[in-house]
Amino acid sequence: MSAAEITAAPTGRGGRMARAQIVNAALALGLIGFGVGAWAMGETFLVTLATKVAILAIAGAGLNLVLGFGGLVSFGHAAYFGLGGYTAGILAHHALNYTPMFEWPVLFEGTTSMPVIWLVAMAVGALAAAVIGALSLRTTGVYFIMITLAFGQMIFYFAISWPAYGGEDGLPIYVRNGFPGLNTLDPIQFFGLVVALLLAVLGLIAMLARSRFGLALQAARQNRQRLMAVGIRPGGVLLVAFVISGAITALAGALYADLNRFVSPSMLSWHLSGELLVFLILGGTGRLFAPLAGAGLYIALEHLLGGVSDHWQFFFGLLLLGVVLFARGGVIGFLAGGRKHG
Amino acid sequence: MSMLLLIEQLLNGLQSGLMLFLMAAGLTLVFGVMGLINLAHGSLYMVGAFACAGVAAATGSFWLGLAASIAAAAAAGAIVEVAVIRRLYARDHLDQVLATFALILIFSEGTRWLYGSFPLYLNVPPSLSGSVTLPGGIQYSLFRLAIIGAGLAVAVGLFLLIGKTRIGVQVRAGEADREMIAALGVDIGRLYTLVFALGAALAGMAGALVGTIQSVQVGMGEPVLILAFVVIVIGGIGSIKGALVGALLVGLTDTMGRVLLPSIFDLFMETSAATSVGAALASMAIYILMALVLIVKPGGLFGARA
Repeated sequence: MSAAEITAAPTGRGGRMARAQIVNAALALGLIGFGVGAWAMGETFLVTLATKVAILAIAGAGLNLVLGFGGLVSFGHAAYFGLGGYTAGILAHHALNYTPMFEWPVLFEGTTSMPVIWLVAMAVGALAAAVIGALSLRTTGVYFIMITLAFGQMIFYFAISWPAYGGEDGLPIYVRNGFPGLNTLDPIQFFGLVVALLLAVLGLIAMLARSRFGLALQAARQNRQRLMAVGIRPGGVLLVAFVISGAITALAGALYADLNRFVSPSMLSWHLSGELLVFLILGGTGRLFAPLAGAGLYIALEHLLGGVSDHWQFFFGLLLLGVVLFARGGVIGFLAGGRKHG
Repeated sequence: MSMLLLIEQLLNGLQSGLMLFLMAAGLTLVFGVMGLINLAHGSLYMVGAFACAGVAAATGSFWLGLAASIAAAAAAGAIVEVAVIRRLYARDHLDQVLATFALILIFSEGTRWLYGSFPLYLNVPPSLSGSVTLPGGIQYSLFRLAIIGAGLAVAVGLFLLIGKTRIGVQVRAGEADREMIAALGVDIGRLYTLVFALGAALAGMAGALVGTIQSVQVGMGEPVLILAFVVIVIGGIGSIKGALVGALLVGLTDTMGRVLLPSIFDLFMETSAATSVGAALASMAIYILMALVLIVKPGGLFGARA
C-alpha cells in the first residue's frame, strides 16, 4: 500500500521501512545541503533553483495527499497553485500601488506580509477546491480526471480574459513580500523559510496519514464499499482531503509568485498540472517524500538536459514514457525497495 | 445586434462544433472500446495539420494535403497504438495519463524540432475560396460552409459505420464485453489498432481543416483536446451520439457566448466594463455548462456509467 512507510513507521516493520526513512532523511538533507552549499560558494542561482525545487515539492505534496493517499487523479491542481500565486500578486499589487483593494465594509489596502498572504492564499485555494471538489467528486475515474482538467482550464481562461490584473501579461510583484524578522530578498533566508514550510507540510501530511482521517482516506482509495460498510461516507472524507490539498498547493503558489516576483496565467496552465503529476510518478506514487524526489529530479533534468539541447522536453518525454511503462515505483521505489502491496 | 450577424455566428458555432465532434468521436470511441484516456489525441490533430501544410506546400494541392493529413494521422495513430498504447490498456488511469502526457511532450518537441516554432499558414483551395450568398442575403465563407458539410458527412458516415457494418458490430460488442468477442474469434488486437487509427484519422482531418482557417503550429492540439474532453463529459463517455450533441452544444455556447454576453452586459453597464465582464464570462461559459450538466446528470447526457 502506498502509505506503507508512514503508517507502519511507529511499529518499525523490518528493514525495508527503515530504508525508506533513510532515503527520506537523505532527500531532505540533500536539499538543505545543496542550498547551503551553493550559498557558501556564492552560487545564488543554484540557491534559487533549490528554492524552486522546495516550492514545487510543496505543491506536489498537496497533490500527493489526494492522489497518493486518496487515489484521486486530479489533473487540475495548477488551478490552486495559480490562485495562490494570484492571491500573493493581487494583495501585494494593491499594497505597493496604494490602491485600496476594497473600501467596504472596512478599508483594505492589500498587504505585503507573507504570513497574511499565506493564510489568504490557503483560504482561497481551500474555497476553490471545495467548490470544484464538490462538483467533481460526483464522478469517479476518467470523468474525474477530465473534469478537474476542465475546471483548471476554466480558471486559466478567466485569468487570461480578465484585464484588471494583467490578463495575459501577468502581474509583477516589484518587491518580494516580507516575513517578520527575516530579509526575504536574501536568497538563503528565503530558501530557509521555504524549506521550513516544506518540512512542516510533509510533517502535517505524515500526521494526517496516520490519523483516523488518513486511514479512512486510504480506505476510500482501496475499497469504497467497505468504508461505507463501517459507517464512513467516502465522499466526505475525499472532499476534506481535496480541500486540504487545494490549500497546500495554493500556499506553494503564493511562494512561487514571491520567488519569481511575478505571477502569470502560465501558473494556471494544464501543463503545470501535468508536471505536478509527473513529480509524483518520478518520485514514487504514494510515498511521503515523492514530491521532493520528483521535483528535484525534474528540475535537475531541466537544468542539465536544457543545457545540452533546446529540445530537452523530447528526451524528457522518452524518459517519462520509460518510467511509466517499465519502472513503476519511481526514484524512492528504486532506492528503498518495492512497496508491500495494494 | 443584427440578425445577419447572429446567423453568421450560429453557422460559425455549428462549424466549430462539428470540428470538435471529429476530435471527440475518436476520444470517446477509444475510451468506450479500450477503456483508455488518451491525452495525445491532440498531438494527432497537430500531426494532421502539419502533414497537410507540408504536402500542400510541396505539391501545391490542398486536396493532396488533406489526404496526406488523414493518412499521416492514421499511420501515426497505428504506430503509437502498437508501440505504446497497447501496453496501457491493463494499467490504471494515472499511468495512461502520464504515458500519453509523455507522448505529447515527444510529439510537440519533435515537431518543433522539424518545423520550428513559427506558425505555418495553409491556403484555402481556389475552388472553395471567397464567399457565397445564402438565402436571406447572408455572405458566408464558402470554405467554412464546406467544412460544415464535410463534418456532417463524416458524422453520418460514422453513424453508419458503427451502426450498420460488421466492424461497427465488433466495436459495439467490444464496448460491451471484450473477453466475449475475443472468445468468439475476433482479433481483438487488430480491432483496437483499427479503432485507434480511425480516431486518429478523424483528429488529423479536423486538424487540417481547422489549421486552414487558423494557423498550423506546435501546441495547437491541446486547447482542442481539452474542449473535446468537455464535450465527452457533457455527452457521456463512450457515446457517439453524446459526442455529437455535446460538440454542437459546446461549439454554439462558446461562439454565441463570445458574441452575445458582452452586448447583454452592455445593456446595464458601461461599455468597457461590459466588454471585459462579458469576455471573461464567455471564456467560462462552456465550463459552466459542463458543471450544470454534471449536477443534473453526473454520467453525461447520453452516458451509461458515471
